[in-house]
Amino acid sequence: MFDIILHIFPYAIAFTIPLLVTSLGGLYSERSGVVNIGLEGLMVMGSFAAAAVTVALYPTMGAGAVWVGLAAAMFAGAIFSLLHAFASINLNANQVISGTAINMIAGALTVFIARTLTGSGNIQIKQGVPRVDIPFLSDIPLVGPLLFQKSYATTWIVLLLWAVLWFVLYKTPFGLRLRACGEHPHAADSAGINVQSIRYAAVVISGALAGLGGATILVTYSGEFNGSVAGLGFLALAALIFGQWKPLGILGACFFFGFAATLANASQAEPALKVIPEVILKVFPYVVTLAALVLLSKKSQAPRASGEPFEAGKR
Amino acid sequence: MKLAVRKELLVGLTAVILGLVAGAIFMAVTANNPFAGYFYLFAGGLMNVERIGNTLAMATPLILTGLSVAFAFRTGLFNIGAAGQALIGGLVATILALTLALPQVLLLPVILVGSALGGALWAWLPGLLKARFNVHEVVSTIMMNWIAYWLTYYIVPSFFKGAYETESRIIPDAGSLKLPWLTQLFSGSFINLGLLVALAAVVVIAIILNRTVLGYRLKAVGFNRFAAEYAGIRVNRHVVISMTIAGALAGLAGATLYVGYATSMQIGVLPSIGIDGIAVALLASNSPLGVLGSALFFGILQSGKGFMNAMTKIPPEIGDTIIATIIYFAATSVLIEQWFDRWGKKRRGGNTRV
Repeated sequence: MFDIILHIFPYAIAFTIPLLVTSLGGLYSERSGVVNIGLEGLMVMGSFAAAAVTVALYPTMGAGAVWVGLAAAMFAGAIFSLLHAFASINLNANQVISGTAINMIAGALTVFIARTLTGSGNIQIKQGVPRVDIPFLSDIPLVGPLLFQKSYATTWIVLLLWAVLWFVLYKTPFGLRLRACGEHPHAADSAGINVQSIRYAAVVISGALAGLGGATILVTYSGEFNGSVAGLGFLALAALIFGQWKPLGILGACFFFGFAATLANASQAEPALKVIPEVILKVFPYVVTLAALVLLSKKSQAPRASGEPFEAGKR
Repeated sequence: MKLAVRKELLVGLTAVILGLVAGAIFMAVTANNPFAGYFYLFAGGLMNVERIGNTLAMATPLILTGLSVAFAFRTGLFNIGAAGQALIGGLVATILALTLALPQVLLLPVILVGSALGGALWAWLPGLLKARFNVHEVVSTIMMNWIAYWLTYYIVPSFFKGAYETESRIIPDAGSLKLPWLTQLFSGSFINLGLLVALAAVVVIAIILNRTVLGYRLKAVGFNRFAAEYAGIRVNRHVVISMTIAGALAGLAGATLYVGYATSMQIGVLPSIGIDGIAVALLASNSPLGVLGSALFFGILQSGKGFMNAMTKIPPEIGDTIIATIIYFAATSVLIEQWFDRWGKKRRGGNTRV
């Protein structure tokens, strides 16, 4: 058993990290009261922007191009999420529908542009992010090789982001205001908080994070933009609910999904796992999520005003 | 009431026009001629009997998934799982078509009923979870989509493997919704019996929603579930009923796609008719007749884009881009309604000076 964990651990981490950062984006949006089902589309947008920019800059910048690409992905995600923010905050549109529109536009428009750029719908990048050995820590027996040797640089960036985002959400005035807008926007409003601008900020943050999530897939294990992130955006949404809208819960849920998915993918290569039919391993994460949703339903910690438009005059 | 319908139609048409304009801009920005693009796009969908038949065949599953999403919407439920329900419906249809040795007159009804039951089952569970445990149907239907995806992924190659690892055996003539006389009538197109099923479904769903007690109660739950509860309607039961019927419609869509339009079942894809069904329902403001209209329109875009791509340099994804843009404009229809209200007020203001 330990052998298997040792084998799949790096792959599981690689799968978990983009899920985690996207899910954190969903966290910010939903805790402010805006459901963001468009995470999938925002990830696609990020993946596209990162691929296009990295390929364009690679001849002049070389290995550094990928970092500009990641920044471009966050920027593109943030800009694109404004569409969702405008619809759901200014126009009080149905947030689920607006998010669905975001998903559809991103999936179609990026491939449309990619085809005009490269002829095929795909964009391949030459070089991903560097893999680093963390000094000292990588020398620890057992844990060192698992966690700290040849780890993707983005892994550490995202884990650092997780800590920063946790701090901002719980320990700063902005975080308090954001959570207030998601629980009781009218109370927040009467306390002098501008609900609309807080929600705008939250949605834009979620766009930037989801963009980074999509780009992380590109610069680590995929290396190619192809107009889809294979449902990871929706899985991030599930991780958000599984983790009960809390950073620590999300971290746990994402690792669970990361390991479950990797286990299923690796099952054919591991003799110990071959006895279990592959299909059971494949549907396992989704069935567990359904079961968890049922079990958690009684004490759901969902932000109370999540998905509800804020109208100042309404009591 | 009549006025409200007209307003919805007006808003829908405006969204379509804005979407087409946006598409033209995308074409122009990528150095293509939008007029040529649209000419070939619509010609590709409509220029002869065969292409019209293909457009109708393309629209058939969209009508059914559009109805599915619209029907659930009327009860306040967002069925984002039409793709998975259609996949299960298609899987059941494929299995029945490949295993049962019945004459066509018996086999086709069995296939249709079976696919509807399969889809219904796939939506019944999220409905039940919503009613009993208040699990949000958006998340549970997405999970069900992936479960359906992986089940199909293993069942088809394990038991019904065809020429390739990724597809089933060819559907026999007796189990196919393609009928020789219908195919000949449209000079060899993909059109199939599914179209008649879809048209019948439009009528049935319109009657259920507008002329029956069940429809009245379902809509009451959609308008305000607390008021409905207070009026003595069993809300939870109607949530389950609504999802189950929606699932049955999506299951039928799967049958028309996998044993009607296609000749064998492909694995490894969640059918796009699920998400496109949301687009259809949304543009139609969830009215059954509107679903028919918007599905036919999207059918033209979907079936014409290949021809456009062959005649010009415009990538076929422009079709999906236009649809997606239309949906965004439909989602933000409040803005369009405001324009119309302001415009109406100005005109009235000129006459009465209030």
